Amino acid sequence: MSVLSIRHLNFTYQKEPVLEDINLEVDAGDFLAIIGPNGGGKSTLLKNILGIVTPSSGTIEVLGDTPEHRLSQIGYVPQNTNINTDFPIKVIEVVMMGHVGHKRPLFGYRKEEKACAMGVLAQVGMAEYAEVKIGSLSGGQRQRVMIARALCAHPKILLLDEPTASIDVTGQKQIYDLLKMLNEHITVIVVSHDISVTLGYANKVAYINKTLTFHNVDSTLHLHGGDEHFCEVEMLQMLSQKGGSQ
Amino acid sequence: MIEALSYDFIQNAIYAGILVSIASGIIGSLVVVNRMVFLSGGIAHTAYGGIGLAVYFGFPIFFGASLFAVAAALFMAYITLHQRERMDTFIGLIWAVGMAIGIILIDLTPGYHVDLLSYLFGSILAVSREDIYYMAVLVVAIALIVSLRYRDILAVSYDSEYAALRGINVPFFYTLILVMSALTVVIAIKVVGLILVIALLTIPIYISEKLSSSLGGMMLISGILSTFFTLIGLFLSYQYDLTSGATIIMVSALSLMLFLGAQKIAGR
Repeated sequence: MSVLSIRHLNFTYQKEPVLEDINLEVDAGDFLAIIGPNGGGKSTLLKNILGIVTPSSGTIEVLGDTPEHRLSQIGYVPQNTNINTDFPIKVIEVVMMGHVGHKRPLFGYRKEEKACAMGVLAQVGMAEYAEVKIGSLSGGQRQRVMIARALCAHPKILLLDEPTASIDVTGQKQIYDLLKMLNEHITVIVVSHDISVTLGYANKVAYINKTLTFHNVDSTLHLHGGDEHFCEVEMLQMLSQKGGSQ
Repeated sequence: MIEALSYDFIQNAIYAGILVSIASGIIGSLVVVNRMVFLSGGIAHTAYGGIGLAVYFGFPIFFGASLFAVAAALFMAYITLHQRERMDTFIGLIWAVGMAIGIILIDLTPGYHVDLLSYLFGSILAVSREDIYYMAVLVVAIALIVSLRYRDILAVSYDSEYAALRGINVPFFYTLILVMSALTVVIAIKVVGLILVIALLTIPIYISEKLSSSLGGMMLISGILSTFFTLIGLFLSYQYDLTSGATIIMVSALSLMLFLGAQKIAGR
């Protein structure tokens, strides 16, 4: 089943083409890595999928409908989670922001909402920090909380923008292991410039630099055979080659 | 001091001090976490235009000041949502133009020379019963709005981009926060004056930010601290015949220094 389907998408910003004729199919259970150089249009594509901006032409379908209608089924983890660390807010309150409000109590939060938030915190291994101020956590821990917030609405797709940008190496691996685990139930889409780690976990890779080049990881990795120390530069060059796409 | 409590104007001053402290505890917290401190300062000064307008046309000061402050808040909300990078320029603009309008209108008012200083530095001892009613209604309204929409306000303040993705009307709540701070600034002008409003909206909040782990807790602690500072300042200004607004601010500032000093020692 296709959970995300992008057809002939073009996006221009101030007459400058940012994305050109993007086509992408993501199936349920996929782990897609979107990579590419800075300014290549990765974040713009993400904004289009989230419905923050509308494409100049072409269509995006999320679970068979427009992104606006499916917003509650997309879990989103924004790029910069180190902003506002002075803000007096507890971990559990941040997570509960992820709930999409239908029936709300007059004051505070419903019991089920709290229970649900504790559940997702446990899932990302942060349950013991529920009552802690968000600012006292490390970058990696905060990233887990943001993933929990995204999971709170029980999304079908989890979208992450540079999830390991400001985390140390051990933390990065833990985040990717967590995503791999979550991937057993939901589709994961990660935007990253961190190529090697991304390729160790993703089953599909999309290279974006104005245009999109698509790869299935199995075939890509076969090209490298038993060589474990692949060079990132070489890798990037290969991924950006049109001929490598399926 | 005990017999002073039997005077009506002292009682009014105490009520006003408490009411303004509650409002500035709630709103000051929102202003600080939303990084709107100088925006509120600008609105406070713009309100002077409304004071001039009220004096010139002879209608209540609170009404004129609220009118100008709310208009400034709406204008600044529009600027923030559409031209965020030019915000500081427009804050400077409304700040000066508002004051200029006020001064010219007061110049034009025949035979009447309003005590400018009382608006710049506050005149808590000149608070009337009607003023108290106005303040009380405003405080109740603010407390109700903030507690009923706490989740939305918290989400917009903490992460507005994410709040928008969860279907929260971010421009509406941002404007609401600004309008509530404009109205709070207006009643605070009566107590500490428009120049010193910023201090009341920041000093107690800065202390409580260190002491609280939630926005609601921050509002509560700020309100309590602010009441404490205002009443001590009021007492000292009565005892030593000092300007009330300036005394309240100095009590707050000294407390902040003590707090920071104590924190430093405790941190060792």
